[in-house]
Amino acid sequence: MGKFWSFVFFLVPVLGVGLFVVAMNFHSLPLLNHWFPEDVSASGHVIDQLFMTILVLTGVVFVATEVCLAFFLWRYDAKANRDPVRYMHGSHTLEVVWTVLPAATLFFIAIYQMNAWADAKIRQPKDAGVIVEVRGRQFEWRFRYPGPDGKFNTPDDIHWDTDLHVPVDEEVLVHLKSEDVLHSFFLPNMRVKQDAVPGMMIPVWFRPTKIGSWDLVCAELCGWGHYKMRGRITVQSRADFDAWLVEIANKQHATQADATATADAAKPAK
Amino acid sequence: MSITAEGFHAQEAVHAHGHAGLGKFIGTYVFSRDHKIIGIQFLFSTLLWFLIGGLLALGVRWQLAWPWSNDMPLVSKMFFAHTGGQISPEFYTMMFTMHATVMIFFVIIPILAGAFGNYLIPLMIGADDMAFPTLNMLSYWFMWPSFLCIIASFFVHGGAAAAGWTSYPTLAALQEASPGGHMGQTLWLLGVTFAGVASMLGSVNYMTTIIQMRAPGMTMFRLPLTIWAMFITAVLQAFALPVLTAAGFMQLLDRSVGTGFFLPDGATANNAPYATGGGQPLLWQHLFWFYSHPAVYIMILPAMGMVSDIIACFARKPIFGYKPMVYSIAGIAGLGFVVWGHHMFISGMNPYLGMTFMVATIMIALPSAIKVFNWLGTLWGGKIQFTTAMLFAVSFVSMFIIGGLSGIFMAATPIDIFIHDTYFIVAHFHYVLFAGTAMGVFGSIYFWFPKMFGRTMNEFWGKVHFLLTFMFLNGVFFPMHILGVVGFPRRLADPYQYETFHHLLGMNRFITYCAIGMVCSQSIFAINFIYSIFFGPVAGRNPWHANSLEWCCPSPPGHGNFDFQPIVYRGPYEYGSPEVQTDYYPQHQPPPEGAAPATERYMDG
Repeated sequence: MGKFWSFVFFLVPVLGVGLFVVAMNFHSLPLLNHWFPEDVSASGHVIDQLFMTILVLTGVVFVATEVCLAFFLWRYDAKANRDPVRYMHGSHTLEVVWTVLPAATLFFIAIYQMNAWADAKIRQPKDAGVIVEVRGRQFEWRFRYPGPDGKFNTPDDIHWDTDLHVPVDEEVLVHLKSEDVLHSFFLPNMRVKQDAVPGMMIPVWFRPTKIGSWDLVCAELCGWGHYKMRGRITVQSRADFDAWLVEIANKQHATQADATATADAAKPAK
Repeated sequence: MSITAEGFHAQEAVHAHGHAGLGKFIGTYVFSRDHKIIGIQFLFSTLLWFLIGGLLALGVRWQLAWPWSNDMPLVSKMFFAHTGGQISPEFYTMMFTMHATVMIFFVIIPILAGAFGNYLIPLMIGADDMAFPTLNMLSYWFMWPSFLCIIASFFVHGGAAAAGWTSYPTLAALQEASPGGHMGQTLWLLGVTFAGVASMLGSVNYMTTIIQMRAPGMTMFRLPLTIWAMFITAVLQAFALPVLTAAGFMQLLDRSVGTGFFLPDGATANNAPYATGGGQPLLWQHLFWFYSHPAVYIMILPAMGMVSDIIACFARKPIFGYKPMVYSIAGIAGLGFVVWGHHMFISGMNPYLGMTFMVATIMIALPSAIKVFNWLGTLWGGKIQFTTAMLFAVSFVSMFIIGGLSGIFMAATPIDIFIHDTYFIVAHFHYVLFAGTAMGVFGSIYFWFPKMFGRTMNEFWGKVHFLLTFMFLNGVFFPMHILGVVGFPRRLADPYQYETFHHLLGMNRFITYCAIGMVCSQSIFAINFIYSIFFGPVAGRNPWHANSLEWCCPSPPGHGNFDFQPIVYRGPYEYGSPEVQTDYYPQHQPPPEGAAPATERYMDG
């Protein structure tokens, strides 16, 4: 039975690598689109490439150790192995080798990530084409643009919900907030994710590179309706975006004017 | 606990403690101070909860394979007759919250420390019992208020806790934020706190026992790796748990009297009145993970220790690199205290801090790698016996490699931005905790069952159980990596509403079929386990020809454990030693007459 069990363990690296290779390379049924969603941002490829780098490194270790394991089981099966047991308690040289080599590799991996992390979360862009405040609340997304004066909390702020509009090929700076519980602002196609925390304003930035419409996902449990906290992001040309802003600003002013008029009419005459 | 009693009747007749009938039964098997009975009490309780936790997981899987179906077995008819059988999203949220809570606090931690720690520590170090037997009994009985709180929480208004097992404020701290946010969440906090007290009492006891009560000759570096792992786990618990207990009380106060430790100014949900505030939701995450990350190691180190003992025994070869194994356990535990922030890379924590935690987290892969290499080294050149226990132990190594390597992806902060809160994470921790720890626990049950009950489990059905579990678990958890690469988020009752994830239903159905298969195959284990307690072939003292001290006392050991005073002459891994004719050389066996004193070999204390 030793042969059978070593074969079972040998299947682990074979099937494991197999599934990844098929998912990665063969975009056909039944594994159609079972890999990274389309990247439509300027820096998303950095994350994808880092993932691939680590996938290759860990893949090599995975195959090497699993094959070793299966081979040892096959070779040293007590039923078939006529050699005496190697009575030994370890090897100083081997211990040093397999401590220093992984340590160096791991340290390299850690240092190698730093720049991408800094670009994603620390080096805030100075040249943001649009600033938008995004607020999560149970269970919807709300957006606010600063309006013509470029400042929040002024009467010309433009409000919108569910569908975040941004211009293409410009740096988008999001001021992320939450009104009640934790949410997470997740744009799978931009490789962006950031929790929204009540009481904090957290900056998030990305640069979309393609016109179209994609999912905005809430990725942090926010209550029973977490699954339906769906949003969209619509990437438009600058001209379309400006036109859209004017359009909703006008709509908003019209309703505000109506509201003011109604409120005035309702007031008792002095 | 009467079924554990078989072997004890004779012992008890000799001891004849005075009480008779029911009173005696309760004294011996219910309120027992004997570490073996307490260990078996923990074992039976945790195996029952394992079943409950598994069924909760099946509920989660059912919803992900057939969202909003009206025929979820049992659940639809019992609880959702009024909606035509369709479960509610809050019920789904409650199921995954309670699945994790049950599996972590009622299964993995108590089965490792409570069941195996209790049972094995005195036996393996050559002591007659724990240092504090009454405290030990109390540690088991503190689990019961915890069990009762969690059971009761299912039946209170609004249902059980539904804020995730991480219980993040403000969702968890605001009464109005979720349907389970009333009594259910409060009971959850109380339950976890009681379980924490139980662990704490246990860990104090384990540390004292291992330091103070070792048999003559049992130096620290002659301890089996199981004991080293239990010892270091106890240290981890003793230092990390008070933080969770304090945090739990703070959240309890936030919820009940409005202290606002974790609530910022103006915090509200669902149109409830504003909280007074002044607090910070991230503070909870820091405190919670300061315990719960070391807890991840509390949930794996004992399994690593037990697997090391099983592998050395069935490879018939000394463990490769005993001292590096000990140091790497200590290394994992030490580094384990400074990596909690990797759960919070995208939480809004200072991104500079993220860099620090990334380096610490990536470096913790090193001691884990050393352990894997040493297990492989132990197999190399041995004479491997494919017993059920060995198959489970080897699968622990094979699966831990996957779980360990996938951890590097999420330790790398930029990649974590994308895969955080996706199924990649779910795959990772299930490879560590189910494919790793649970498989190690199964192996340990098959291995130490003869000592616990005096009979061996059926090997054929054990291997069938192994093969099915091994296949199905990979069918369940491996494809989750692929789901994670697509960005498939956790904790969504219906992820298919999103265009990006709409096409992943097929793979999720496959996973659910495997999960159903996996849970069903555990019935083989359950039958084998119960049948063997009564009818399994009688095992002698040492059925596996193993070296450590527990194998030199009767199976099962009577009150006081050893029928002679064991004296330890060597380390526990002297398999295939040239000094003796047999291929094993028990720790208590005196060296042959006239033999030269045992040389202190490399890496052998």
